[in-house]
Amino acid sequence: MVSLNDLKTPKTNTWCPGCGNFGILMAFKKAFIETGIEREDAVMVSGIGCHGKIVNYVNINGFHGIHGRVLPTAQGIKLANPNLTVIGFAGDSDQYNEGWGHFAHALRTNVNMTLIVHNNMVLGLTTGQATPTSQQGFKSKSTPFGVIPPMLNPIAHALVSNGTFVARGFSGDMFHLKSLIVEAIKHRGFAFIDVFQPCVTFNYLNTYDWFNQRVYKLEDENHDVTDHKKAIEKALEWDDRIPIGIFYKKERPIYSDSLSHVKNEKLTKLPKQNIDITSAMKEMM
Amino acid sequence: MIVNKVSLLVGGEAGAGISRSGLLFAKSCLRGGLCVFGANDYQSLIRGGHNFYTVRACEEEIYSQADKTDLLIALNKETVFFHKDELISGAGIIYDQEEFSITQEELERNDINLYHVPLRKIAKELEGPQIMENTVALGAANALLDYDTTILNEVLQDTFNQKVAQQNIEAAKRGYDYVKENYGNSFGYKLEKTESAGKKRLFLTGNEAIGLGALNAGCKFYAAYPMTPATTILHFLAPLDREYKIVVMQTESEIAAMNMVAGASYAGVRSMTATSGGGFSLMVEALGMVGMTETSPVIVLAQRPGPSTGLPTYTAQGDLRFAIHASQGEFPRAIIAPGDVEECFYNTLDAFNLAEKFQIPAIIISDKYLSESNGTTEIFNQNKIGIDRGQLITDDTYTQEEEYMRHKLTENGISIRAIPGIKGAIVRTNADEHNELGYTTEDPVLTTKMNDKRFKKLEGLTKELENYETVKFYGPENSDITIVSWGSTKGPIREAMKILSNEGKNVNFLQILYLSPFPINKIKNYIKSAKKTVIVENNKTSQLSSLIQEHLLMTVDHKILKYDGRPFNPEELAQRIREVL
Ligand SMILES: Cc1ncc(C[n+]2csc(CCOP(=O)(O)OP(=O)(O)O)c2C)c(N)n1
Ligand code: SF4
Repeated sequence: MVSLNDLKTPKTNTWCPGCGNFGILMAFKKAFIETGIEREDAVMVSGIGCHGKIVNYVNINGFHGIHGRVLPTAQGIKLANPNLTVIGFAGDSDQYNEGWGHFAHALRTNVNMTLIVHNNMVLGLTTGQATPTSQQGFKSKSTPFGVIPPMLNPIAHALVSNGTFVARGFSGDMFHLKSLIVEAIKHRGFAFIDVFQPCVTFNYLNTYDWFNQRVYKLEDENHDVTDHKKAIEKALEWDDRIPIGIFYKKERPIYSDSLSHVKNEKLTKLPKQNIDITSAMKEMM
Repeated sequence: MIVNKVSLLVGGEAGAGISRSGLLFAKSCLRGGLCVFGANDYQSLIRGGHNFYTVRACEEEIYSQADKTDLLIALNKETVFFHKDELISGAGIIYDQEEFSITQEELERNDINLYHVPLRKIAKELEGPQIMENTVALGAANALLDYDTTILNEVLQDTFNQKVAQQNIEAAKRGYDYVKENYGNSFGYKLEKTESAGKKRLFLTGNEAIGLGALNAGCKFYAAYPMTPATTILHFLAPLDREYKIVVMQTESEIAAMNMVAGASYAGVRSMTATSGGGFSLMVEALGMVGMTETSPVIVLAQRPGPSTGLPTYTAQGDLRFAIHASQGEFPRAIIAPGDVEECFYNTLDAFNLAEKFQIPAIIISDKYLSESNGTTEIFNQNKIGIDRGQLITDDTYTQEEEYMRHKLTENGISIRAIPGIKGAIVRTNADEHNELGYTTEDPVLTTKMNDKRFKKLEGLTKELENYETVKFYGPENSDITIVSWGSTKGPIREAMKILSNEGKNVNFLQILYLSPFPINKIKNYIKSAKKTVIVENNKTSQLSSLIQEHLLMTVDHKILKYDGRPFNPEELAQRIREVL
């Protein structure tokens, strides 16, 4: 059994004091322990941004990749070795700007993995520009007169793109978030959690207080996670009341269910010497 | 009578099954014991336009298409006018007079034999689809060449299901009979089975050879997004996934493909992707990530003319510098340029071994001409190049004595690789600069050390490659001129050499197979002893010349360049060499 101590790394944490990333980090570590998975059997993949440093702070297998590309890298790892539990960590600009295309396709493809998006509604590491989830009118260094277009709605998007596990967490509610992460890892398919992560340095608007005043838990209102229509309705809620929790959950064949030919093969144990290509050459004679 | 030396061209609209019928003819020549080369010329459209496939068959070895056509199968009138000037004196045209007429006046020459065959009518009589007129024409060609019909029948049998095959065999027979009845043995060419008839050989494209190489190398993950001329690797591997237990995935983009193969490689699986210049442009950022994380996918870069989308279905060698320099920052990579189908196979095996041994990306650079032309080769020796995955920790070999370090600093720069999932080994890698454990670092000392570590592998790779055929040399040692080239120009160059040597001219050829690391010493020896050097390339700026200048501080004497999207023809190239001799 893994302990918190096992997950510690020698790296000094460089997130700003009070950053919402800490809540995600702790929630993840606790969730990981709860799932009972061994450190060697899981891989965390992260993008580039403040969030991306998380790979430095958890002592399990890790791939700190490039901006916007968490999903394809993670999918490659999972498809190559389905025995690994793969958890992707992305930023909101990382995933919803650079990686938006991959996001839409990952939802369809349904590779069995988890994606956690640290949604601070701002670009943190590049010092505070607007992202696609910044609210209209949000003033930042890059938008001194306020963000012009309306914000993207990743939850609604995930729902209409055939997402099989769509959830939202809040790093200010660590225990709730932990339980979401446990559920997501257990989910058979592509599990997506958008996490409100207050950036205490650059986001003056969406603060802990701001969220605390608004968020409520779907489960407290007996939300039916199998009701797709209702989930979309809930996804459109914003302003005064903002739901967190699981919006929708459904089992659908995962991508590798259709790869029956490699089901019982450990691809990583291959290749063996002398692979016989005689039959493939026949066509060319 | 010219025996066993023919160049056939089938032309018509896209969608008319042009390349299929060319291939069928080519295979029947192959099985008769002839050496065959097939090249596909098509436009970037699906219907209409002008497409053609040329087949050259000969008793001796051949390496490229011919300059001239002996027998033309014209499925539309346009074909006749596109190719009439390429017809040799005494050539024949098989066409359907009921579809369109041709006259000597229109051709502006009277040394061409016109062979009308009612292609469409025969196909209709047999109640087959219109496309079957191709097969009628093949039968007619067989009759003109007085070639054994049983071979074509066998090929048809092996290609189609039984019912369709039977129909096609009948179609070929009708075409054959029509020609024999109406024209007898009037054509001045003949094909005969040779001694090696029945001997099994391969007739395949560069892409198929790369695909076979990947299978033989144990590639278990292939991800790609379609882009001509790399697409047919995807088409080749996809239906074989079950038999060879490989995951073949069409991704949403080249960006996804490249990141996926990097992920798969990190996970411990041999992986490959393929694309052309535009797609490679998108892959470049992740290529840098591969360099930094020391993962080892194989990337096939099948060139076509650029910049931008260029000529999507034609050929070029304009991306050499791009492949060498692609990505921000510096890191070692292997760039291998096969020149024919045989090298496509064996070099792919080498690419996988080198990539894994040195934990670097290996790029196989080819082009449309090599990717999609068919060449004849001996059956590949599938046991020639074994699988060498380099230093790898497996479950049974990991002792857990010390903490596993994915990027451990070592004497030769190679850190032993562990596959994630091994008890006790945490495998951490990082696209940011990192320490030995894979944690992010910005430390100046470590940054220098890690850079040095990565480049130490280049030293090892360079050394290892001393035992490889990084260059090949053809022709007599002391020649008046030494041709230097890389990639698919090899075929036309070898043909041009034959032409020149028949004229008593002394020409030799240095083929460079490894462009990075550049085999400086081997090249230097050859160039030093050359009387005169000439570079032959399918690009505008002679990128190979600049590499020679950069690495050897030597300039070449002449450059023969072609960049119209078409490969060199042998006689065309011979003429340009004569000019500089
Ligand atoms: C291709 C590319 N473009 C831009 C950058 C610069 N960059 C570094 S972090 C970052 C985004 C950070 O925003 P977000 O993804 O929201 O993560 P956060 O820092 O807020 O956690 C960007 C654009 C980069 N590293 N790579
Ligand atoms: S800038 Fe914002 S997101 Fe980044 S560490 Fe600081 S508080 Fe966290």
